[in-house]
Amino acid sequence: MSNVLVLVDHTGGKVRKTTAELLTIARRLGDPIAVYIGDGVQDALPALGQYGATKVIALTSPELTQYLVAPKAEALQQVAAKVEPSTILISSSAEGKEIAARLAVKLDSGLITDAVDVQAGPVTTQSVFAGNYSVQAKVTHGTPIITVKPNAATPEAAQTSPEVEEFDVSISDTAKTAKIVESKPREATGRPELTEAAIIVSGGRGTGGDFGPVEAFADSLGAAVGASRAAVDSGWYPHAYQVGQTGKTVSPQLYVAAGISGAIQHRAGMQTSKTIVAINKDEEAPIFELVDFGVVGDLHKVLPAATEEVTKRKS
Amino acid sequence: MKIVVCAKFVPDATADRRFRPEDNTVDRAGVDGLLSELDEYAVETALTVKEAGDAEVTILTVGPEQAADAVKKGLQMGADAGVHVLDDAIHGSDAVATSLVLAKALGKLEADLVVFGMGSTDGSMGVVPAMVSERLGLPAVTLGSEVTVDGSTVRIRRDGDTASETIEGTLPLVLSVSDQANEPRYPSFKGIMAAKKKPVQTWSLADLEIAPDQVGGAAAWTEVVEVTARPPRSAGTIVTDEDGSGAGRLVEFLSTNKFL
Repeated sequence: MSNVLVLVDHTGGKVRKTTAELLTIARRLGDPIAVYIGDGVQDALPALGQYGATKVIALTSPELTQYLVAPKAEALQQVAAKVEPSTILISSSAEGKEIAARLAVKLDSGLITDAVDVQAGPVTTQSVFAGNYSVQAKVTHGTPIITVKPNAATPEAAQTSPEVEEFDVSISDTAKTAKIVESKPREATGRPELTEAAIIVSGGRGTGGDFGPVEAFADSLGAAVGASRAAVDSGWYPHAYQVGQTGKTVSPQLYVAAGISGAIQHRAGMQTSKTIVAINKDEEAPIFELVDFGVVGDLHKVLPAATEEVTKRKS
Repeated sequence: MKIVVCAKFVPDATADRRFRPEDNTVDRAGVDGLLSELDEYAVETALTVKEAGDAEVTILTVGPEQAADAVKKGLQMGADAGVHVLDDAIHGSDAVATSLVLAKALGKLEADLVVFGMGSTDGSMGVVPAMVSERLGLPAVTLGSEVTVDGSTVRIRRDGDTASETIEGTLPLVLSVSDQANEPRYPSFKGIMAAKKKPVQTWSLADLEIAPDQVGGAAAWTEVVEVTARPPRSAGTIVTDEDGSGAGRLVEFLSTNKFL
């Protein structure tokens, strides 16, 4: 079997769910080798073994994390030269896409971003033009480099006991020119990560600035909270939670849009959700064209009543 | 300082966007197009830097004839000059090939500061800034939600998934800005009139010493196997909350579909 490189997405050794998804996809294509950058590889090892990594290559040079992505791309290039992978899989985050872009130029290889599915070949599926088209594509030159969106696969366990191989990389001066001078971790909300959540409840202009009912309903369902661009631009909710073309693209099992009209900018970010529910006062709102279930009504009345009912049924 | 904004001409997102059936590429000729909305933030950033000091702003675009409209919009907003790389051989280029054309043109323009938007509104891969930086061997500070240029130091705030970071680099460099960076200005009447007299150069691949077989569909390292229009979603159930039954029916729907 051929080797498939998976770049591990983690926060200080805590492996993110997207990595389990990438490892699951990698097993369709060959033997997954996990590339771990930063400290804490031992903490990450159980999760990487659970999803079938056959080996873990650890890169611990501090230069890899002090600077923006260029050193990580150089490091991956060096790993690829040694391992000769058939495919390289990276999470479709802003950082992941940038690493992939640099790697594509370095390796003279074709790049596919934002895959929502990857099958043997590899043949990728992407959702384009605000989800109105589905495109199947493949790389025809070099080592296929594919960035994969969250929820592209259901993580399937396949226990292995991978060994860790330390790998020394040499980073050029050119790669060390964009320095991270400060990093402030985002405050934890206790809710699931937006792009990974199975359920998302989003609020828009119709909230009138009060996200209380949206958050309470989200919490009753164990959901993440999102916001439309209108709500973010009004300063009602932080930009990090914006769903849409210039925010996050999400594809949860259930998406609840509360007080969101459903402009193209928003649809682009949520149209591929499995089940869509909307609550809006305006029965003409375009969001109702997308829904599996819609309530024409005031979210400030409907959401609190629904929250109460959900809580009652769950207890 | 020489600032170059890389701008893309894209099909209007509110129109019926489609693919060309003969080669599965984005139909850019048969639909209305415009300067990618996200590139307006890049133009605004460049103009703000110019107004704070001494700089010349050039709009660079690669695309078919209609792409001249993207350059024109930038000039109307206040840029000084335009360059349009126009060559039939470019049609069908992927991001890797596009980055080659841009890098060669930027080299020829001797840009100190290259500004991009966060991504296009059509392909929306968002990878070209990193590729251009890689090709030019220049630092890249990307996805800035706040940009400060202080002498030759460029500092941005980037709001990532897990942290808010401050990132710094020294000119010459490649910068990309998010839609949080500023509020792009509308062209004034004076700006629209003045734009007509501003110089726009048209360059071919030969002008950039790029061989036709280095770009276009034949040099694309990815191939679209199939394009399928997404089937319209089947009409859902819509209830009215007039009698206060909306919440109950909503929860019933969630329960039936096993979301509780």
